[in-house]
Amino acid sequence: MRKTLTAIAFLLIAGACGQEEAELPDRLRLIAHDSFAGSVNEETFAAFTEDTGIEVEMIAAGDAGSMVNQAALSAGNPLADVMFGVDDTFLSRALDEDIFIEHRSELLDDVVAGLRPETRMVTPIDFGDVCLNYDKAWFEESQIAVPDDLDLFRDPAYATLLTVEHPATSSPGLAFLLATIERFGEDGWQQFWGDLRLGGVNVVPNWDTAYYGDFTRYGGPSPIVVSYASSPPAEVVFASEPIEEAPTGVIEAGCYRQVEYAGILAGTDYPESAGDLIDFMLSVGFQETIPLTWFVFPANRDAELPDVFAENTTVPGQPTRFTPETIAEKRDAWIDEWVAIMEG
Amino acid sequence: MRTMRWGRLLVAAVPATFIGYFFLYPVARILALGLSELGVGSDGVQARLFQIGWFTMWQAVLSTVLTMLVAAPMTWAVAQYDFRGRRLATALVTVPFVLPTVVVGSAFVALGWRDSVGAILAAHVFFNVAVVVRTVGALWSRLDPNLHDAGRVLGASEWKVFRTITLPLLRPAIAAAGAIVFLFTFTSFGVVLILGGFRYATLEVEIYRQAVTLFDLPLAAALAVVQLVGVTGALYAYSRYQERHTATWALRSEKDRPRPTGGARLLVGASVVGTLTALAIPIAVLVARSLQPGSYRALIRDDPVVGVPLASAGNSLIYAVLASLIAVTIGVMAAAVITGGKGRLSNWFDLTLMLPLGTSAVTIGFGFIVALDRPVDLRASFWLVPIAHALVAVPFVVRTTVPTLRSIPAEIREAARVLGASPLRVWREIDLPIMGRAALVGSGFAFVVSLGEFGATSFVARPNTATLPVMIFRLLSRPGAGSFAMAMALAVILAGMTAAIVLWIDRAQFGEIGAF
Repeated sequence: MRKTLTAIAFLLIAGACGQEEAELPDRLRLIAHDSFAGSVNEETFAAFTEDTGIEVEMIAAGDAGSMVNQAALSAGNPLADVMFGVDDTFLSRALDEDIFIEHRSELLDDVVAGLRPETRMVTPIDFGDVCLNYDKAWFEESQIAVPDDLDLFRDPAYATLLTVEHPATSSPGLAFLLATIERFGEDGWQQFWGDLRLGGVNVVPNWDTAYYGDFTRYGGPSPIVVSYASSPPAEVVFASEPIEEAPTGVIEAGCYRQVEYAGILAGTDYPESAGDLIDFMLSVGFQETIPLTWFVFPANRDAELPDVFAENTTVPGQPTRFTPETIAEKRDAWIDEWVAIMEG
Repeated sequence: MRTMRWGRLLVAAVPATFIGYFFLYPVARILALGLSELGVGSDGVQARLFQIGWFTMWQAVLSTVLTMLVAAPMTWAVAQYDFRGRRLATALVTVPFVLPTVVVGSAFVALGWRDSVGAILAAHVFFNVAVVVRTVGALWSRLDPNLHDAGRVLGASEWKVFRTITLPLLRPAIAAAGAIVFLFTFTSFGVVLILGGFRYATLEVEIYRQAVTLFDLPLAAALAVVQLVGVTGALYAYSRYQERHTATWALRSEKDRPRPTGGARLLVGASVVGTLTALAIPIAVLVARSLQPGSYRALIRDDPVVGVPLASAGNSLIYAVLASLIAVTIGVMAAAVITGGKGRLSNWFDLTLMLPLGTSAVTIGFGFIVALDRPVDLRASFWLVPIAHALVAVPFVVRTTVPTLRSIPAEIREAARVLGASPLRVWREIDLPIMGRAALVGSGFAFVVSLGEFGATSFVARPNTATLPVMIFRLLSRPGAGSFAMAMALAVILAGMTAAIVLWIDRAQFGEIGAF
């Protein structure tokens, strides 16, 4: 009997200790959308493991939307300790579901202006600009000027050159719609899209159909497509035969900025170590690996861009952004209205 | 007698637990969660629901019928005649079945086949011709030719013999193939999204949109229920049909297939070459686009971002081996239960095993998240991937082995039992050897299903291991001529692997029964 009591007492004490974060974990689990997880290798978190002795185990969770859904469905009993890759589009849903706990990184002061969210639940790690890309060779040959203002696309001569993604099925498609709403105002964008439709703009369901199907660079009919600011440098890095200069360029007008955040998942046993992992992801060393691994831009302004980025793209000075709350509130109505204009 | 009943219960318990714990329970949990929050839908929502449900249904029926018609000539040729390259032809026809929809979609787009129902239907036919050729062909090739000859001698025309003798005998296989094609097209996702040009949405597409993009879990759950009801209804109709039209007949060995002569030779040639050419057009686009300088060599180099792309082939093989082992174990036990028992219960058991084929990937993936945290936390486990693949593959093993088991005359088993053999021994000495080859063929198809599977696993949180389709998807979602050519080259390798594996399996089935 006494033995049993001792054992119970021991277990209770051990249990009580477990609630404090007495020991460092052997490993932390990091859940991310497939495009981040797919580019993680042994070296990605090697420096973190070396410093702390903690291994980082990656869990892939589909696209950003299904990742946030999975986190909402497992709130309080999370699949991982840290989540990375929730963006402005899905942030307010994530916050509504209370899936994160607060964390304040000391590196927040080094973050590029405008990226810091109002909430302490998440930390910005990177940003990507959705921008119009154009085929340099096509414009050279046709002697047509590269448009430098969205307003020019009201002219059928330009509208017919453009391929966009559907905002309901594609994240760059939604970003471009948001850019036009910012540019022409909440009462003016409808007219702009009406003009685009009359002018013969091409709408496709997803990015790969737009880029690899309909872009003149890949044998399609459109010399301008909605893609990313990082696409031209990617054209150089992932060319089939080495090239010096990107065959495509970025049109600075009409860019939309998406920020990706990391957060500590509520219910983790290791909130402090999880915070350390987020700080590591915001440190200059890790941030400088971001452009050539994930083809987005580092959130830490001290991180330097690689040459191929510096030479082949620009970071738009005044990209459009909406707050997560605005997006959550108005997105569905905007998409419905867009569908009515384009398909009605 | 008592031990026998216990033995059967034990055999039934394994597949029942599998389907119960990894399918019924998660799906019930997620649907209950969604429906508990559901308000009564407004009229507008109901009208849209009806519209989507209606489109889903008719495109699936039409796709199934078209697939049957397109597959008919080739099925006839490979079932009735022996000719050079016959086995290669039946292996090649399987290749489209495993290609990822993103890849086929991009080939169709390049050919200008898009933004229409026609493109959706064409793609569905492209993917599913193999199901008909292999299921129906396997049975057709084993029908007793004496029946046909007797009809002819009695003065019936070739057409009349086909209509009154051959076709009725083929009905079980036609219905089985039709059921599988229907389920695949009823839950079509990527094809509709890429080739449909937004005007069209299947329930599967709408479930994804509501659950993942719009966070409307209740509406998504309601849609999932509509989908499940539709699938269950179709499966029930299929099962009633089977009940009424299953006849026992003597099957012959496959070996004595004649070589075609005269006019038949021309027809066989035209059927096989015609079908393969049509299927080859989109694949030729892939091959042409993969032929960039160095694109194949790049697959074995260490890419700074995705690692060695060809390493994903190794991951795919590991998952495929595990998935087919699980599927064969579960499928063979289930087949023993289904054929051992008579009546409603074993019928419903059979239908339940088919359900995962017709359930949306979102429902299953999210179901795993809410249901599999206890007693052992399996969410995000390595094992969920082969288990998800096995859920889709089990129906193929069952559909292959059940007809073979049913064709064993009852007298043989009874004779063995009279001579004193235990039930287990009867099964081991009689059922297993006869069914063995069929199970091998079934496992081969399970292997191929796992190799090409993409949809179901993309909603499962899982360790960061890229399979071939996942790697293709990753390469396709980044810019650069090199990335694109590599994605296409990897798809060509997936096609080649499939053809080689199917060819190897077909050699093993030589002279034996086997659908798929």
